[in-house]
Amino acid sequence: MKTFSIGGVHPHDKKISAGCRIETLPTPKTVYISMSQHLGAPANCIVAAGDKVKAGQVIGEPAGFISAYVHSSVSGTVKSVGPRKDITGNPVTHVEIEVEGDEWAEGIDTSATLVTSIPEDTKFIVDRIKNNGVVGLGGATFPTNVKLCPPPGKKADILIINGAECEPYLTSDYRIMLEKSRQIIVGAALMKRVLDVQDVVVGIESNKPEAVTEMQKAIDELASVSADYKGIRIQVLKKKYPQGGEKQLIEAITRRQVKSMGLPIDVGAVVQNVATSLAVYDAVQKNRPLVDNTVTVTGDCFPKQSNLLVRVGTPISYIIDFLGGVPADAAKVISGGPMMGKAISNLDAATLKGTSSVLFLTEAQTKRKPESNCIRCAKCAEACPMGLEPFLLNKLARNGMMDELEKNAIQDCIECGCCLYTCPANIPLLDTIRVAKGEVIRIIRSRTAPKK
Amino acid sequence: MNKLLVSPSPHIHSPLSTKRLMLDVVIALIPSVIVSLLFYGWHAVIVLASSLFFCVATEYVVTKYLMKKPSTIGDMSAVVTGILLALNLPPTAPWWIAMIGAFVAIGVTKMTFGGLGQNLFNPAITGRVFLLISFPAIMTNWDPVKGFINAGFTGAVDATSGETPLEIVKEGLAQGLSLDQIYAEHGFDYMEMFFTNIGGSAGEISAIAILIGFIYLLARKVIRPHITLSIWATVIVFSGIFWLVDLLWMKDVTVYTDPLFQLLTGGVLLGSVFMATDYVTSPMSDKGGIIFGIGIGLITMLIRYFGSYPEGMSFAILLMNSTVPLINKFCKQKKFGRA
Repeated sequence: MKTFSIGGVHPHDKKISAGCRIETLPTPKTVYISMSQHLGAPANCIVAAGDKVKAGQVIGEPAGFISAYVHSSVSGTVKSVGPRKDITGNPVTHVEIEVEGDEWAEGIDTSATLVTSIPEDTKFIVDRIKNNGVVGLGGATFPTNVKLCPPPGKKADILIINGAECEPYLTSDYRIMLEKSRQIIVGAALMKRVLDVQDVVVGIESNKPEAVTEMQKAIDELASVSADYKGIRIQVLKKKYPQGGEKQLIEAITRRQVKSMGLPIDVGAVVQNVATSLAVYDAVQKNRPLVDNTVTVTGDCFPKQSNLLVRVGTPISYIIDFLGGVPADAAKVISGGPMMGKAISNLDAATLKGTSSVLFLTEAQTKRKPESNCIRCAKCAEACPMGLEPFLLNKLARNGMMDELEKNAIQDCIECGCCLYTCPANIPLLDTIRVAKGEVIRIIRSRTAPKK
Repeated sequence: MNKLLVSPSPHIHSPLSTKRLMLDVVIALIPSVIVSLLFYGWHAVIVLASSLFFCVATEYVVTKYLMKKPSTIGDMSAVVTGILLALNLPPTAPWWIAMIGAFVAIGVTKMTFGGLGQNLFNPAITGRVFLLISFPAIMTNWDPVKGFINAGFTGAVDATSGETPLEIVKEGLAQGLSLDQIYAEHGFDYMEMFFTNIGGSAGEISAIAILIGFIYLLARKVIRPHITLSIWATVIVFSGIFWLVDLLWMKDVTVYTDPLFQLLTGGVLLGSVFMATDYVTSPMSDKGGIIFGIGIGLITMLIRYFGSYPEGMSFAILLMNSTVPLINKFCKQKKFGRA
């Protein structure tokens, strides 16, 4: 079994919602669709209050090369366009739509029929991905079409489909691998065609044997139908966090290490999440925009474990109320996993394309313990998957030593949280490192930027 | 629920804590403590109790009344130092020796630098070396004491001379005796050494008790094996070369003992498992740990063979402690994507 070579931790995987089939959440009365659901420039809103929209209709256009289309997830009337607070309380432009029925825009195939033929025209595939607003659903929400079109001179030789789902609690990727395995493999074949690679590897951690079986079945079935599916295989990975980190996953599967500040394409790899692969299938084969996604709602203190298919823009409070409300002993609500997710301060915020979970943690599970002296155990350095020395970076950061921080590679930090998770003295290593890293990257950029 | 907690990721923490790590070290020391109590009886109880009490009390008083901070005795590190110091004292030591040792270990070596994690030298070893230099007679008094399971166990291999194996060999050689003669006179037995009968301080009686602790520490991932194993390897290789050269080419008299003797006697095992692996005073990286271990092994053997003391483990660890900041500076672990 393969895994990445440096560091990593083994939190309890707590996949308590793994057995819950994906259910469709009833559409709320009102949705709030953010114009900033992707990495890069927020989309330009092209609708105004009073407009009638259909599900799948474009309401936001990309505002730059790295940006993405945004579609209405429901049919109804636009009530307002303006700033609304996101999960962390920052005001972002949202389109408020009052739901009326469920009418879809023209040309969208909403049937469940599996379409397995892969179009020859790669431009057609990329355009569909772009026009249907597909972004990376593994966490970064980077526009997928941009990632599938490497800059000139660079060529991928392997496509990695990320089914590691190494974060504890999360089961949305697991459920779609069980329930939509064929669509995921078709999506992978579509991206394989675009990238013109022979090798497609689906990386799945060993704690999900049913997903491995189901995905293998899908590959075998499709490969017997068409040669387009040759070269797609599964790699079982040892359970270790952060296996699903892009650089870690590439190394686990290919033994190639992406250089510091480099991109996966530099070592000939492109990584896409299984959920992205599913979105690519919908976008290309069904011309269906990314307007819904699977959200895990879970937590030890939460009685109603669920995996829900949720329309983008659904208020998180609506999801929670549907499942019986916030449990009394929940102290923190997290969007994403417990290692890298964001704490939600505003439960009225709406879901985004990349919202993978709503997780409830009790005070005992999540409350930070008081910091004590560093005992120089080096467990943080042992845990760091980038081979950094968090204890040193923390000290340098607290003393504002920017040059030393850069020399000690703080810019390589992937903010996976292994150091803080491990530290027996409860030193908030990642907190200080994260702030200092931003500062160092700003310095590096200002140095390399062309002089005006 | 009325207010939500909000903080940056990660939102969960491993069960690891400083206290848990220290508790694991204490658990790993239990076999050695039991053996010392069985063989040295009430003497060991007095040494252990006074060492523990004064170590914890010193830390409490210093934090509470000198530093005026919340007491840190809850992290159990003073308990570890207390046990280690006790295991490094001869069973005949009076309570006030343990008190002075505890004061030097915790008060001087640890708290003056700012407490746990800040000290440059291993507290228990510093305490022991201070005592060894200041009170040489008391610190090398291996007179027979009454244990719980035997009538008059001495700690020394030879009940009449009251000396440790290393002392016996060193003195015998100084008198011009050959090893065979010394062995014939004192009858060293490796099985005894391995299980129960290593003469010396309370913690050095039983190799197997120390090894059980070592395996526990490794299994609980409290320590990594690099430092300990590189000390053993260095001791074995160094003494092995002398032993082989002696055996093969110096036909008339053998002067150098075999590697197993060097490994099992004195403080090599106790020191390499529990003292050299002290987080605070050992290098962070595996590579650094190996250099550190080789250094300790070398210095120990140089002192044993060419120095005036029969045993050099404590000095070796202290000397190498002082090189740790330098080793940390030059030995970095391999970074991802920076070949």
